[in-house]
Amino acid sequence: MSNEGNELSGAQIVCESLVREGVDVVFGLPGGAILPLYGVLNQYPELRHILVRHEQGGSHAADGYARSTGKVGVVFATSGPGATNLITGLATAMMDSAPVVAITGQVGRAAIGRDAFQETDITGATLPVTKHNYLVMRAQDIARTIREAFHIANTGRPGPVLIDIPKDVFAELATFNWPEGVELPGYRPPGDGAIEDVKAAAELIEKAERPVILAGHGVLISKAWDELKELVEKAEIPVVTSLLGISALESKHRLNAGMPGMHGHAYASLALEEADLIISAGARFDDRITGDTKRFAQKSKKIHIDVDPAEIDKNVKADVAVIGDLKAVLTQLIPEVSENTHTDWVRRVEHLKSEHPSMTIRETDELLGQHVVKTISDITGGRGHMVTGVGQHQMWAAQFWQSTEPNNWQTSGGLGTMGYEVPAAMGVQVGHPDQTVWSIAGDGGFQMTMSELATIKENNLPVKFAILNNNMLGMITQWQDMMYDKDFYANAYTGNPDFVKLAEAFGIKGLRCTSQDDLEATIREAMEHDGPVVVDFVIRADENVYPMIPAGESIEQLIEEPA
Amino acid sequence: MSMNGSTPGSSSNGLSKRTVIALVQDRPGVLARVAGLFRRRGFNIASLVVGKAERPGFSRMTFEVEGDPSIVSHVARQLDKLIDVVEVTDVTDLDIVWREMALMKVSASAETRGEIMQLVEIFRAKIVDIGAEAVGIEATGDPDKIDSMISLLRPFGVREVMRTGRVAMPRAALEVGGIDGFNVKSPESTLWVAKSTDTGSV
Repeated sequence: MSNEGNELSGAQIVCESLVREGVDVVFGLPGGAILPLYGVLNQYPELRHILVRHEQGGSHAADGYARSTGKVGVVFATSGPGATNLITGLATAMMDSAPVVAITGQVGRAAIGRDAFQETDITGATLPVTKHNYLVMRAQDIARTIREAFHIANTGRPGPVLIDIPKDVFAELATFNWPEGVELPGYRPPGDGAIEDVKAAAELIEKAERPVILAGHGVLISKAWDELKELVEKAEIPVVTSLLGISALESKHRLNAGMPGMHGHAYASLALEEADLIISAGARFDDRITGDTKRFAQKSKKIHIDVDPAEIDKNVKADVAVIGDLKAVLTQLIPEVSENTHTDWVRRVEHLKSEHPSMTIRETDELLGQHVVKTISDITGGRGHMVTGVGQHQMWAAQFWQSTEPNNWQTSGGLGTMGYEVPAAMGVQVGHPDQTVWSIAGDGGFQMTMSELATIKENNLPVKFAILNNNMLGMITQWQDMMYDKDFYANAYTGNPDFVKLAEAFGIKGLRCTSQDDLEATIREAMEHDGPVVVDFVIRADENVYPMIPAGESIEQLIEEPA
Repeated sequence: MSMNGSTPGSSSNGLSKRTVIALVQDRPGVLARVAGLFRRRGFNIASLVVGKAERPGFSRMTFEVEGDPSIVSHVARQLDKLIDVVEVTDVTDLDIVWREMALMKVSASAETRGEIMQLVEIFRAKIVDIGAEAVGIEATGDPDKIDSMISLLRPFGVREVMRTGRVAMPRAALEVGGIDGFNVKSPESTLWVAKSTDTGSV
């Protein structure tokens, strides 16, 4: 490309490098230390910059963009508070393995360590919440660093990488050379699984009478949904999905047995409990699935397929572990497994589904969160994208979103970040401008990040927000109800804003729905509107999420219905 | 005086003491990254030695940590995930050579000097500095030997002790073409050992 070998400023080298990495959109918010970079952005029209209202929003937007497209999401922030505001978003991306590259301005080199204005040791602060980070002290190191950062962010187990660049390094001149590759002797992302491990896994699968696949986010990260489907159909193996594995297999596939765990479908948890073999495919036996690991799925052997060797035996001991990229490993595994049927077992899982129908909504005239998600799912046909925050609305969404397309479900799983729903949906919409993006929000989480409505309006991003508004921190209320002797405290929002007027104040269409009768018409109206919409669904306040397995307990403590 | 008086895995407080070796790239912050993973699990790093490795641009770190072996093993795997860490091995259960060096300043008058020098000789240590009222002693060996030496010197007045902490290395193979320590999985141990061929870090 044209500028190769030329003397450029550090800021220009950043942009040249991003263009070469295929970046076409950056979320960001400028400040003093990063202004030299913003000073050259005009020269790079390939890089669309979306000006966010808060850096946390920028980091979640980059994360939502990254998860839903498989491309690296990029966010810019300035030093000090700009950089620290990214931390929640980086931690969210770290826990859920989302490829994000954050570029932060730093105070000038001579000022570092002197508590200069807006100085934070952001590489120190983000050590535990990034896959890797860099402080770049010379303009000549920028290109190599960005090359490495993108490679690290989006290979192996993806994750966020932060690059901190002092203000004067952006201005420093250096010869721009785009490195041909990266040299990282300490970083060797796995590809194929070891063939003896694959064969050992196949042997266990052949012998199993009651196998279950636990499909996790890894299926979606490694784009292995076709291979997953081929394997489950070839060997007739029921599949349960983790919260982040939803959409790995269409929800209505006859072998999809739902989501297990704390608020998962009871039949999914029971299927894991009764299985004689659990094949974890890109899942990590999170505590929300296992509960007490000592009492988790005692009757089964475990095959653990993961790209990250540190996941093996971390929570649950594996009988066979296969380290590798999931798509590669499943491709190796499929020919080793013979065509098979597990008629009795599949029938048993069907029976569990009918005996423990976690998908029924109790009879009531009131509007429930479950009604909202179910109707959105029905009207969209499980197509387009679904984004959620964290709490009751998230669990209802997980239970009732009937996905028909792979990777069309994004939620903050590991970190459980309330407020993810607004900016992440914005990022998903930027990555998929022609698709419908629904964000199921809680009234609590929505208020944490709703300032991004301004960004959404400014960029005319047609996200449809469904606030499941119970004027409560619903999950807090539920825990206080069920586990803290109904000792309610700090759970009610008695001064919520009027979300319709709020939307209108942002120049966004606002709708309200308070009854089941208006549900379908409201959702259709929102979808027909050419632009963003905020719908205030006023739902029953004291509705708990069922089923529930209390934290740290096992399937024996399953509560299927209100007492 | 035995050079191998203690087993490497033993510890006085019942927790297992593990010795972990990491080959790392010399990059800013690598020590903080490594230490951070131990800190997260609340491990005390009993000793830490860092020095240049055989290849330019790389260093080797030897850690002694106290903790549950299975957790140490998991931390070792997390260490190996660090981009700057090339290889990690928990060598506690391997056949290793390990040494520690200590510098000691001991009060010594004209009357006691002879006795001190005798002790120094018995421990195959060296006098490296001498003053009017004190001597400087350098001792190398396994930590038990150094502990014993310090206790025997104590009556004379130990003014200052500076110990390096343990450095360790798997023993070389006894046969030509045999496998050196780093490439073996110790059979009786469930601990995870890095193989140089591992596609082991993400």
